[in-house]
Amino acid sequence: MAPSASSPSSATPSSVTPSSAVPSDTDDRTASATSAPAGPAAPRDAVIIGGNRIPFARSGGAYTKASNLDMLTAALDGLVARFGLQNERIGEVAAGAVLKHSRDFNLTREAVLGSALSAETPAYDVQQACATGLETVLGLANKIKLGQIESAIAGGVDTASDAPIAVSEGLRSALLDLGRAKTTMQKLTILSRLRPKDLAPNAPGTGEPRTGLSMGEHQALTTAQWNISRAAQDELALASHQNLAAAYDRGFFDDLVTPYRGLVRDANLRPDTSLEKLAKLKPVFGRSLEAEATMTAGNSTPLTDGAATVLLGSEAWARQHDLPILAAVIDGEAAAVDFVHGKDGLLMAPVFAVPRLLARHNLTLADLDFVEIHEAFAGTVLSTLAAWEDEEFGKERLGLDGAFGSIDRSRLNVNGSSLAAGHPFAATGGRIVASLAKMLHEKGSVQGRPARGLISVCAAGGQGVVAILEAR
Amino acid sequence: MGVPSEDAYTRFVSAGFGRDLAKRLGLPQPAVLRRYSPHQPLLTGPVLVLGFSQQADAVASALLDWDLDVRRHATPKEKLGAMVLVLDDLSHPSDLAGPVLAAGASLRDLAASGRVVTVARDAAEASDPAAAAARAGVEGMLRSLAKELRAGATGNGIILHGEVDPSSASALGALRFLLSARSAFVDGQFLSVSIPEAVLPEDWERPLAGRVAVVTGAARGIGASIARTLHRDGARVIVVDVPAAGEQLARVANELSGTALQVDITAENAGDRILEHAGQRYGRLDIVVHNAGITRDKLLANMDPVRWNSVIAVNIAAQLRMNEAFLTSELFTDRPRIVSVASTSGIAGNRGQTNYATSKAGVIGLVGATARLLEPRGGTINAVAPGFIETDMTARMPFATREVARRLNSLQQGGRPEDVAETVAFLASGGAAGITGRTVRVCGQNLVGK
Repeated sequence: MAPSASSPSSATPSSVTPSSAVPSDTDDRTASATSAPAGPAAPRDAVIIGGNRIPFARSGGAYTKASNLDMLTAALDGLVARFGLQNERIGEVAAGAVLKHSRDFNLTREAVLGSALSAETPAYDVQQACATGLETVLGLANKIKLGQIESAIAGGVDTASDAPIAVSEGLRSALLDLGRAKTTMQKLTILSRLRPKDLAPNAPGTGEPRTGLSMGEHQALTTAQWNISRAAQDELALASHQNLAAAYDRGFFDDLVTPYRGLVRDANLRPDTSLEKLAKLKPVFGRSLEAEATMTAGNSTPLTDGAATVLLGSEAWARQHDLPILAAVIDGEAAAVDFVHGKDGLLMAPVFAVPRLLARHNLTLADLDFVEIHEAFAGTVLSTLAAWEDEEFGKERLGLDGAFGSIDRSRLNVNGSSLAAGHPFAATGGRIVASLAKMLHEKGSVQGRPARGLISVCAAGGQGVVAILEAR
Repeated sequence: MGVPSEDAYTRFVSAGFGRDLAKRLGLPQPAVLRRYSPHQPLLTGPVLVLGFSQQADAVASALLDWDLDVRRHATPKEKLGAMVLVLDDLSHPSDLAGPVLAAGASLRDLAASGRVVTVARDAAEASDPAAAAARAGVEGMLRSLAKELRAGATGNGIILHGEVDPSSASALGALRFLLSARSAFVDGQFLSVSIPEAVLPEDWERPLAGRVAVVTGAARGIGASIARTLHRDGARVIVVDVPAAGEQLARVANELSGTALQVDITAENAGDRILEHAGQRYGRLDIVVHNAGITRDKLLANMDPVRWNSVIAVNIAAQLRMNEAFLTSELFTDRPRIVSVASTSGIAGNRGQTNYATSKAGVIGLVGATARLLEPRGGTINAVAPGFIETDMTARMPFATREVARRLNSLQQGGRPEDVAETVAFLASGGAAGITGRTVRVCGQNLVGK
């Protein structure tokens, strides 16, 4: 799918309703919403009320014995406790997991049933690799904007510790045939097909089905392509740890995180790490490339367990329930790249999604007060920035007059991101949305307009989902 | 949690072989106390009102209004739920003989978990030495009587200050608490009533209906129990604890349909954050329970600054700072209530707890001095001083120390977190409107201290 910056408005959801900017309330907040830069006018705002997540654990750590269902239920219960939603019927809950057992076919609904929410709260699962969490926010926000629901909880969960293990194709096909066999002779014939290798289990991997390469190896290709240095990656990792630690220390996460199973802070956080320590780590990805291998365990996210949730609602619902309003979900955009044929890097889809989204709102990178780029790898963030700063790329691939632009580093991932917090795939979107909403609310307004933030999340399959939030 | 409803020894000596054995060996025989549950009768039998003043008649008629079976004279062999000695007219110690000996004659008829309550005026306010002697005499008599009671019965008193009469709303509010099973572990204590006006609850089962309460240290133990009790009594609760205790805190909040607020109370802005939450979510704040507290025990010779300072910071400095915020807030103006959890260690002292006892005695001082600041708002502030309470903390004490500690009171057993919570809930209710600046012990008449 060739990225294009032309006709940005053709794919917007504005076709759903005539864009007659109907203010739902008459207070000044609505007025400020309508004075936002031109873009598709939503019938009404979908606001972020708050969030809750459990601390993220390193795989094999505190949550080794916790299932996706356990963790998502815990994250929901913490959200219910924070906002007093006991027995409340929420419009809809959407969440998902990337690594999912087949028994969890109704994971989110089961989590709702196990939580303190009303059992009459409907729920559905979403799966869009690492973009799952952000996509649940966008999908539910759209439903709220359209008036289909008044309240919603978005979320995601993942466990690498309690990952499903599948049997081999040979064993699976034999077992299925066995169930259909009628005679003993047929059964024996089927069993005789089995070979010892069929009994070896298939552990889940993060490898791309079409290339066989792991995500790290894919990123190593991109990192090398954009000449991202080891030092730059380590610096980004260090900033992530330092920013996250500082945020914890000043109590920023007091109303965003609820401890779980004895874990109080993200287990991956290393407040005392340093460039020296990071420099000592051996490269783990890209070792077979011609270029120097630069990606280490320090500047890549580890396998992580965790869950995150976000409470959304219409402004009216939030006010009726005396709930805070932190930010509004302005808009979102998805993109995908052809990584299979090597045209773009696996995790580079946001590079195309962001210019499209900003163009739709007549915004540039300079108009953003906070930028949250999910740190799948330090190389991902730096390659993204490099592509945006590259004149040739801007002209040829983004269809612009020149480079897309650069981001003031003091606005990038200011409270840390996945390199420090860890990255339980589907939970990352919820973590970022809730944190950014709080940051925007604290910032309030900038030069007379509401503070504005961008979220960018890359995902397996060459996909990316990005979104704009605005302070309320 | 996970504290057994009665300790194993109490269960053993409460029935059968264990009871006989304990009797023969002269071992303590703690009773299973009658504790409060909604819809139970206020008393298990008739109440005998003793005293010759007009106020004694007025109290008797008020008790009739509560549908109690009231006696002005004892009926021999009739089991009594309670005795109330109305002694507001004492002018000389010799005036005590009549009512006190009458009470004595009926003591054998007092039912299990029965109540003896004296109502007398404050000795310090007496106009002459004889009246002061009589009034002070009541305290000595009652404290001794409480030690003679058996089978879970308790003896407590009400001290009237100023113009407060025994039949005033506030004195009756205190009397009802002492008669009820809510005061199961309050023994040998005096409630000082200094304000006559009180708006008694319309519904005694839900005395806190419509009120919004915040409880610090509510994730577990006594704090969680206080939150449960306030909720049971009708309040909407905000439960507060340090972020690290958030998982248990969320569980308590969800159990009580309340809201969880993770905040370190030693943070500079803790009071403001509580007020912001209360304002946003409830539009008001009526009750503050300062329960959060820590122990960092060490003999003073070995005390380090970290242990000393952390205990002072959490147990007393945080309350002082938060109260400043509450006392200037518009949200906290409708008959507001502050209840602090002190400790008998703060009264009697405890080896190894110089820091803790400093902080808890500090709480008692704070409460006394803050009362005046709350008065213009029609509010009160009081403290509760628990004695030996069966919690996770005391469950970790060495066996022998714990066994001795829990028997060192007139009821010969440890109290439960609910016992502390009941007294806190009472002090937060309209029934306690006459009590302010005081510290109420919940200790089963522990032998240490006053």
